[in-house]
Amino acid sequence: MEGNLFTAVLFATVVAGTPLILTALGLLVSERAGVLNLGAEGMMAVGAVAAFAATHHSGSPWLGVLAGLVAGAAMALVFGFLAITLQANQVASGLALAIFGVGLAAFIGKPYESLALPAVPPIRLPFIADIPLLGEALYNQQALVYGSWALFWAVLWFLYRSRAGLVLRAVGESPAAAHAIGHPVLRIRYLAVAFGGAMAGVGGAFLSVFYTPMWVEGMVAGRGWIALALVVFATWRPLRVMLGAYLFGGVMVSQLFVQGAGLQIDFPSQLLSSLPYLATIVVLVAISRNPATIRLNSPLSLGKPYRPDA
Amino acid sequence: MTTSSPPPAPRLALRGIRKVYPGVVANDGIDLTVAPGEIHAVLGENGAGKSTLMKIIYGVTRPSAGDIHWEGQPVTVRDPAHARELGIGMVFQHFSLFETLTVAENVALALPGRTDLRELSRRIEEVSTRYGLPVDPRRTVHALSVGERQRVEIVRCLLQQPRLLIMDEPTSVLTPQAVEKLFETLRRLAAEGCSILYISHKLDEIRALCHSATVLRGGRVSGHCRPAEETPASMARMMIGKDLPHCEHGPAQGGGEVRLRLAGLSHASDDPYGVDLRDLHLDVRAGEIVGIAGVSGNGQQELLRAISGEERLAEKHPVQICGTEAGRLSAGARRRLGLCFVPEERLGRGAVPALPLVDNGLLTAARSQGLVRAGFLARGKARAFAERCIATFDVRGGGADAAAQSLSGGNLQKFIMGREILQAPKLLVAAQPTWGVDVGAAAFIRQAIIDLRNRGCAVLVISEELDELFEICDRIAVIAQGRLSPPRDIGEASIEEIGLWMSGLWPGAESNAPAAAEAAHA
Amino acid sequence: MLRLEPRPQASRLMTWLSPLLAAVLTLVAGGMLFALLGKDPAEGLRLFLVAPLKDLYGLSELLLKATPLMLCATGLAIGFRANIWNIGAEGQFMLGAVGATGVALWAGESESALVLPGMLLGGALAGAAWAAIPAWLKTRFNANEILVSLMLVYVAQLLVSWLVFGPWKDPQGFNFPQTVMFADAALLPVLVDGTRLHLGLLFALAALVAAYVFMYRSHAGFRMRVAGEAPDAARYAGFSASRTIWTGLLCGGAAAGVAGMAEVAGPMGQLTDKLSLGYGFAAIIVAFVGRLHPLGIFLASLLMALLYIGGEQVQQYMNLPNSIALVFQGLLLFFLLGADVFIRYRLRFGSGAASA
Repeated sequence: MEGNLFTAVLFATVVAGTPLILTALGLLVSERAGVLNLGAEGMMAVGAVAAFAATHHSGSPWLGVLAGLVAGAAMALVFGFLAITLQANQVASGLALAIFGVGLAAFIGKPYESLALPAVPPIRLPFIADIPLLGEALYNQQALVYGSWALFWAVLWFLYRSRAGLVLRAVGESPAAAHAIGHPVLRIRYLAVAFGGAMAGVGGAFLSVFYTPMWVEGMVAGRGWIALALVVFATWRPLRVMLGAYLFGGVMVSQLFVQGAGLQIDFPSQLLSSLPYLATIVVLVAISRNPATIRLNSPLSLGKPYRPDA
Repeated sequence: MTTSSPPPAPRLALRGIRKVYPGVVANDGIDLTVAPGEIHAVLGENGAGKSTLMKIIYGVTRPSAGDIHWEGQPVTVRDPAHARELGIGMVFQHFSLFETLTVAENVALALPGRTDLRELSRRIEEVSTRYGLPVDPRRTVHALSVGERQRVEIVRCLLQQPRLLIMDEPTSVLTPQAVEKLFETLRRLAAEGCSILYISHKLDEIRALCHSATVLRGGRVSGHCRPAEETPASMARMMIGKDLPHCEHGPAQGGGEVRLRLAGLSHASDDPYGVDLRDLHLDVRAGEIVGIAGVSGNGQQELLRAISGEERLAEKHPVQICGTEAGRLSAGARRRLGLCFVPEERLGRGAVPALPLVDNGLLTAARSQGLVRAGFLARGKARAFAERCIATFDVRGGGADAAAQSLSGGNLQKFIMGREILQAPKLLVAAQPTWGVDVGAAAFIRQAIIDLRNRGCAVLVISEELDELFEICDRIAVIAQGRLSPPRDIGEASIEEIGLWMSGLWPGAESNAPAAAEAAHA
Repeated sequence: MLRLEPRPQASRLMTWLSPLLAAVLTLVAGGMLFALLGKDPAEGLRLFLVAPLKDLYGLSELLLKATPLMLCATGLAIGFRANIWNIGAEGQFMLGAVGATGVALWAGESESALVLPGMLLGGALAGAAWAAIPAWLKTRFNANEILVSLMLVYVAQLLVSWLVFGPWKDPQGFNFPQTVMFADAALLPVLVDGTRLHLGLLFALAALVAAYVFMYRSHAGFRMRVAGEAPDAARYAGFSASRTIWTGLLCGGAAAGVAGMAEVAGPMGQLTDKLSLGYGFAAIIVAFVGRLHPLGIFLASLLMALLYIGGEQVQQYMNLPNSIALVFQGLLLFFLLGADVFIRYRLRFGSGAASA
């Protein structure tokens, strides 16, 4: 394989994996606090359309990212109100968010469908981008790519080195015990959910402002659901989320490179396009087949509503 | 009235505390006074309102009316953090510990602000040695025994230098020897000036430990007394308004055919926090009640699941029901052999909370009582069966259409017992048959079990309450760390001996260094 | 200050009232949305609610739209009752259409009376087979059925795309992604002349009745309900968890498959790449709003169909995007989940300390 092709594949993989990392790390924090938010697809979609609109009207992609962040967090708070305060079924509420979010994004995005945004130039890190093979792929990327790496370190530190993260993990394991020793369980869960939504919104913003600078209905194409599967696959650990996201990114871009490498393949393009979805199923099966793995690693109270005593 | 020690203001004074929940008044006009250095019991049967009162004192919930005075000043306890600031510590009946974290991390979570874990570990070791409560700060909680976990809870409280320590039913998870050790610790604390509120329904313990007692009945105070000056009978009368009911035990029938045989039952738990069963042997015959005693967390859950069929074994011969090798049979198949089972959890396992009693009758009795025809539900017959359970077992609370969750613990347990017993099983297995049940219903249930045995059924009872087992069983064995002791005739066994066995030290047990060390620490 | 206080027993009144409450709230929110967009709310609501029903043809269109929703939701509700979350009905719907199309294409110009039953069978089996994948993966490997069934939706879309762009493309079709039109024997007969309403409605009604009998009168249905309400109790009673999973998913898949068959053998008359209209997802909402009960599902699918048609009306006459219907659907589900709270809780005034 040519050096150029390798670099190009690595580059595209990193880019494709970035929205997954952003969204999945946000979901990880939310799930570590015990709240399962299935509405990731909806939050990403709303974040994407909000970011596109904001960038289009203001000319600043960073305002777009901010808009995406706020939109995602707002959607997550609606879900949070249902699931945390009203104690509605978390699965149903998350599904409602997913359906509503995708629909709302389609509705809001209609007028923007034929528009394009100017491409944002990548940020080249001097010196390290000169490393052969890897440099151009890893260090000549969009700012949000570097941001996703920073987010990884931040989440890692937060969960395992900070007191707030310890409290969050305790809430995820047993909200009743955490309440009994005096921690504000509901507030912590709200914050975690809002963070998850904000990150999903940023992930969506990355798609519509940096990745393919345009808006099309359905452009999130299941990435929100894949991010959910990714958190399970990573057994709720940040490093595995990163690795899994890049694995998926690689699968997603594989179809481009099959053609680019000039390989004569006789099977239909749809098969290649379906690879990320099939891969998701495969990794889910792989991680779930030993029930002890999930039981040992998943936050004990995940998905269960917490009823504070009246 | 309680007598107070020298300092003038009582440490804690409650006046007219009232707490109303939808459909029930849990506390109604409670007065309570605790002096500094006093060990004060709050006595009452299940459902009398003790837990609610403690939740109010600790700030988990607020009273509907009434006031609280702390060291002479009126206070409103906003939440547990506030209670801790005031100097109130609570050791819960169901521990609020986090299994995946270490002891030190668990303690750190209860303390305000950031804590240096190494400094904290040092303090933990200091406190635990001082009060005779050995814990290792570095161990993860899920690896600890129940007794050790309770020590972590206590140490966690003590590190905040409480002036009032609330202990909620602390001895239900301890062997008799461990109870003695705990009492030494509590007496030491009281001597140093800490007041103790001791919640319990165990009359002997209260008489041995407490200076004074407030008795609750039906949410109200039914009396104050000095336990040392009372007899168990007089305290029982204050607690339930009449004499403690006794069961007609009758002689053991014995000698019937073997209905349950455990033949070298060994099973590794697939739950990483569970207990492995190791080489269990036991026979339960028709016409006898065999009891298995043991502190919770020693394999009871795993044993019950292996017998009931909720957990299938690798081989079929280790569990034999009515002569048939049943290890690989499903729960339904084992029922068809004549097994009936009353589980420990009523709501969510023994009964479906949201469904009415009519449907809950169908849960296990559908096949055996002919309530299903050609795959369809025979509604009329199902209702008749449910009504028969309700009538025969004196189930109160709304009739056959009442949802299971609307019944009190005692009534629901009577219904579940009734459902299983009315199926005329050949073998009945009951786990914690009177846990959380009021005294009247408990007596009823125990008598029902004895009557069933008199009709020729084989009964296995697994319980943590030694008193109960001594009251109804013909033979008794002990489960400890997944191993089963040889059974003993009840007439030849004593509570002290059984208590010792609960630490794994029965004659013939392989000398197991961890078990002996555990016993020394228990 | 408002507080939520748990009820001792679930309120039966609220169980039936809350979907109504949710519908009303949705309409109010919808009116506000119209106002926000600078359109007349009264006109918008009229187009949504009244205009579609103004004549027989309008009613027939309503029933036509409601048919696949009814079918899918009935199947889904059986699974949801048992806590089996089949989110892939959209994919199973498409596979049903594919299965039925396969039979129709194979039958060609045949005029046999067996073509339609064959398509029905083909559709149901194909939908069930697609649902069997998450069922097998869950029982065998413990894989979460939500994510697996959902991933298969995307795969199903790609499968349909490949078929209509590739092997099944009509050679005389000017290269459009569609199959040949089906022969008359492969089309569902119309129920009322002058409308497009076809036999599929009867399939849907039959499914409703069958689901009712199954869930509330049979022991198997009872077992499913227990599994959903209290899984530990189901295990205690000896109810097979894997049988529950298979039943729940296969019912959903078969019903969605029949709906897919009814779509291609009905108004569409062929398989195209415009097959996916989101019925599978809308059916999830229908199932919830219908309280997982056949009668409720019947009413809820009419409501949902109204929202779909209203969206088209609003697009035509008020120049708003068609996806406004999706917004309404999402709002309906949100409001329903919110209103459902009052089944288990009631609202109380005053703070915790003062209540008598």
